[in-house]
Amino acid sequence: MAYSDKVIDHYENPRNVGSLDKESSNVGTGVVGAPECGDVMKLQVQIEEGVITDAKFKTFGCGSAIASSSLATEWLKGKTVEEATAIRNVDIVEELALPPVKIHCSVLAEDAIKQAISDYESKQGND
Amino acid sequence: MTSTDVQQIYLDHQATTAVDERVVEAMLPYFNNKFGNAASRNHQFGWDAEKATQSARETMAAGINAKSREIVFTSGATESNNLAILGVAKMYAPKGKHLITCSTEHKAVLDPMAALQNAGYEVTVLNVDTKGNIDLNELRNAIREDTILVSLMMANNEIGTIHPVKAIGDICHENGVLFHTDATQAVGKELINVQEMNIDLLSGSAHKMYGPKGVGFLYVRRRNPRVRIEPVFYGGGHERGMRSGTLNVPGIVGMAKAFEICQTDRDSDHQRITALRDSLQAQLAAELTHLTINGDENNRLACSLNISFAFVEGESMLMGMSGIAVSSGSACTSASLEPSYVLRAMGVGDDLAHSSIRFSLGRFTTQREVDRAAELTISTVKRLRDMSPLYEMALEGIDVASVSWGAH
Repeated sequence: MAYSDKVIDHYENPRNVGSLDKESSNVGTGVVGAPECGDVMKLQVQIEEGVITDAKFKTFGCGSAIASSSLATEWLKGKTVEEATAIRNVDIVEELALPPVKIHCSVLAEDAIKQAISDYESKQGND
Repeated sequence: MTSTDVQQIYLDHQATTAVDERVVEAMLPYFNNKFGNAASRNHQFGWDAEKATQSARETMAAGINAKSREIVFTSGATESNNLAILGVAKMYAPKGKHLITCSTEHKAVLDPMAALQNAGYEVTVLNVDTKGNIDLNELRNAIREDTILVSLMMANNEIGTIHPVKAIGDICHENGVLFHTDATQAVGKELINVQEMNIDLLSGSAHKMYGPKGVGFLYVRRRNPRVRIEPVFYGGGHERGMRSGTLNVPGIVGMAKAFEICQTDRDSDHQRITALRDSLQAQLAAELTHLTINGDENNRLACSLNISFAFVEGESMLMGMSGIAVSSGSACTSASLEPSYVLRAMGVGDDLAHSSIRFSLGRFTTQREVDRAAELTISTVKRLRDMSPLYEMALEGIDVASVSWGAH
């Protein structure tokens, strides 16, 4: 399979790999996917006064899955919660030029963002 | 990226092999100077072609202890398997319509079997254990009055596990059932004796043993018992009516030369390749934890090393190991988007199937290449594990298998 240059760049130089303290009240964690399906994404956001100040990911999956989550963290930083929830998988597909068989990677990334924010919101007691 | 950009290391010999220079040399005259049709009986061009294919037939037969009249030339092992299975099924239908195979066979065996099922035949698919071995008692118990054929491969293409072919042949003959073996991965590598092993039909391919693509053979026993098969192709009645079609003379000459070289070099190749494979496995095991060897470590092809690297996905590994040509059992690398059915049949979880890499070494593999492949594999796995949420969980002592994962 031929990858786009952007996928290769994110795969070779992934942005924001790592973990935030999942116990912290201003950190939201999303874990989506399943090992049996060949991809698991963990995406975390740190939110201060409605703005995402940090984002980290760890991904088990193909190059496109790694690139989708890496790109998501890049986009998330500095965004408000509202802006973050507006990110759609098609934006990721477009940016990374993902082929049709890899669209599910972008769906996972969108799901991970939503789950992370919802986790944060439930910690804040406003879910 | 094209293959000329970087120095490529080829460790995918169970997929195909480079044609040996000596084989190319042997083939060349048969493309233009001696281009005749082996079926042309009345001129020198035809006689030359016929002479070359007859000599090749003798070489192929001698290499498996058969007679030259028992060799049918085909376009490759897929055709040989189809011809053996469909040919026996049609011919022996009056005797019975039950066949036996196993879950780890190549699709070129499983798919004709499935086609027969659709046509009203019954097929028993034997299970394998965690190392890819069948249970001989299960085979014995599966044989019925109406069983006409047992088809079990000699060595597996994904994991290299070698079946006990002689024991299988004995059971088949005791029960009066024909035995076909797909020996594609074993021909030229393992000693094959169709008499001692009680093999009735045997499929082989040239391109797995440093010969050209597009040519193979089927051994069809003529005595004790005499096996009869209904052709799959109809036409000019070539190959004693079993396989019509003009013979691929250069291909056949090349296959015989390739087989001859394999036999001359078998012991030294076997020893050298085993040492290289073991070196690769040892280097990986020394640097990486959580490895699973897929297949039977004590009974596999010398060239074969199939490993699951837990917590990393196969396709992302291949991406990191660019320049090293290997295969993966990951769904993302297959056309079907399903992880390896062979690993699944052995009870390997889908997660580890996604994490599997098949290295297969060959005649031209060097220690330097093995060292480079090991180095790149180790650094890729380490890098990917550092970004794997599953590895992180494992380090935290969480059993990944016990987590309930959302549906996707």
